Amino acid sequence: MSGFMNYLVDSLAFGATFIYGSTGEILTEKAGHLNLGIPGIMCMGGAGGAWIMYLIGSSALPPFLIVLLGTLAALLFGALTGAIYSFLTITLRANQNVTGLALTIFGEGMMKVILDGSKLTNKAYLVQPVSYFHWPFAGRNDSLQLIGPLFFLAIIIAVLSSWVLMRTKVGLHLRAVGENPATADAAGINVTGYKYAATCIGSGIAGLGGFYYIVDYMGNNEAYLDIPSLGWLSIALVIFALWRPVLAIVGSTVFGFLFSLSSLIKISTATQPLMQMLPYVVTILVLIVTSIRNKRENQPPSSLGLSYFREDR
Amino acid sequence: MSHPSQNAEREPLIHLSKRSGIHPAKAWGIRLAALALGLITCGLIAFLLSEKLRSDPKLIEKFYTAFYRASFGRGKIASDPYRKTWDFLQYSALLLCIALALTPAFRMRFWNIGAEGQTLIGMLGASAVNFYLGGKIPEWLLLILMLFAAVLAGAVWGVIPALFKARWGTNETLFTLMMNYVAMFLTAYLIKKWQPMGSGTLAFANGKLPALINNYLLIILVSVALAAAMFVYLRYSKHGYEINVVGESERTAQYVGISVKKVIIRTMLLSGMLCGLTGFLFAGLNQNITRDSIGGRGFTAIIVAWLAKFNPLVMILMAALVLLLQKGAGQISQDLNVQKTAMPDVIVGVILFFIIGCEFFINYQVHFRGRGQKREEAVK
Repeated sequence: MSGFMNYLVDSLAFGATFIYGSTGEILTEKAGHLNLGIPGIMCMGGAGGAWIMYLIGSSALPPFLIVLLGTLAALLFGALTGAIYSFLTITLRANQNVTGLALTIFGEGMMKVILDGSKLTNKAYLVQPVSYFHWPFAGRNDSLQLIGPLFFLAIIIAVLSSWVLMRTKVGLHLRAVGENPATADAAGINVTGYKYAATCIGSGIAGLGGFYYIVDYMGNNEAYLDIPSLGWLSIALVIFALWRPVLAIVGSTVFGFLFSLSSLIKISTATQPLMQMLPYVVTILVLIVTSIRNKRENQPPSSLGLSYFREDR
Repeated sequence: MSHPSQNAEREPLIHLSKRSGIHPAKAWGIRLAALALGLITCGLIAFLLSEKLRSDPKLIEKFYTAFYRASFGRGKIASDPYRKTWDFLQYSALLLCIALALTPAFRMRFWNIGAEGQTLIGMLGASAVNFYLGGKIPEWLLLILMLFAAVLAGAVWGVIPALFKARWGTNETLFTLMMNYVAMFLTAYLIKKWQPMGSGTLAFANGKLPALINNYLLIILVSVALAAAMFVYLRYSKHGYEINVVGESERTAQYVGISVKKVIIRTMLLSGMLCGLTGFLFAGLNQNITRDSIGGRGFTAIIVAWLAKFNPLVMILMAALVLLLQKGAGQISQDLNVQKTAMPDVIVGVILFFIIGCEFFINYQVHFRGRGQKREEAVK
């Protein structure tokens, strides 16, 4: 592969982290909940999955099963962390921004406690099963080897989420809940149920993003330190993708591209921070342009950030 | 009540209603209970995470005294035994300053979560002045120019999202969040530009905040004065009134002839300026700058402001409480031999969950089916 193609594939693989994170956040936001805890949730998912893989990694289980269990653990840890957020913001109607920030503080700390503890040294969380992450391209020496089942899973989840949101009754109900919960409630939709389901499933998906980055894309001991910043970028990407998971795939690749652009073109290290700034600047521009154009279908869900209490007037 | 069993079926098990008002003592009782529950939960988590604690359960006592020891314990250095307390007060003051800066914006329901960036950019402004002029002009003039630059930079950073919010309704939460990272990387870029071979930390010989009796007191006094001023501004000034009206209902504000756009821009200008001022305090205190100088305090301040229900005077207490928790948590991880940099985050996070969650029991009344019926019968 040419250098550029190689780089593009690498951006795609890197971008899968964002696909998970932003698809999860889109589902949550569609239910009307701005979850600033996504970085923390991605941390928890990554830490949970890596921890389980560490525990069973050297056992006699078949490597395939180890990978599968790790993935499920990431999903579960993400969803459980999301459940804390859900309980506080949906049932207890706490302020979403504050809860999200507290969750990020908690998740980031918890991840560091789990993964940085002296217990999980070297050997990584996986040595043997790692090739399963790179099927079917394992053994290649270009960036195509980074494409594996978890990458395809990200694409599938994003496409499926888009389909569910836009083409099914469940999606319609969910969007109704996010746009105007009182109306949805009056129409007989179980608002609380939808909010819980969307937030927990979304969090589970985001948790997979952290797992993917730590054990699949990077596959080393230091990778977990990057997760929080990737989480914030995933939230930014939701705006960039105009709340559409399929667009998040494109956006993720662009972000992945921008994020590591500095390593492709041989610029001086002095301008590297400016390159890293690019994704955020682009996001701000998208936010501004969409608000100026003011097209209805490109706006955030109207009840985003507001708690719903049936007896409120 | 001819068919009590049938009646009971129709009524839901749990019924919520909004409280119209709650006695302050009861509200604080609920908050204290939540804090206590949070601390107990943290003890359990520490028990799970620390082998040292499991092998010697008596250490749990250390866990709970840590909060006191970390902030009020006597230091080992004989010349400065109260260092921990002063340190605690100083960092509470800095946190308080940022929380106060956020307050007018939050009162207006403008979700400014960009304090981290606004403070950092203020610090950057002060540092830029220090870098170019430090040592070339008298120290007092340098400090004044630093302050000026910091306030200006913070104001610019704060007002940009406000302009777009006012003109096009651009979502301010997401905008200000993104601005944090732009500020962070801009700082990283300039530090590298100014000191190409450096490690990412730019240190200064000049521009130290003047000592007032000791090095801590000035910042503490500034923060308390700011709290009082903010209280008066919000409670007794016309601006404060306008902010409240806009926060309650933009339509009402328009109806009574308040220019919502003007209030949004003016308030964010103020919010940004105060963040910039805090950035100046950081610059003068640390005499260095890195891209992580603010260290998440801009986000913690949001929690502080919210915990205080945006009341500047209560905020003094809340800033101290949050710092007490943070410092205590740091002490705990040291004592119990668990991961030092991260354990405090876990403890603070868990306690925050409880404090955030308990607001529900202050704002809402929970009725259980059984009890409600008994009360009805009692009335009859």
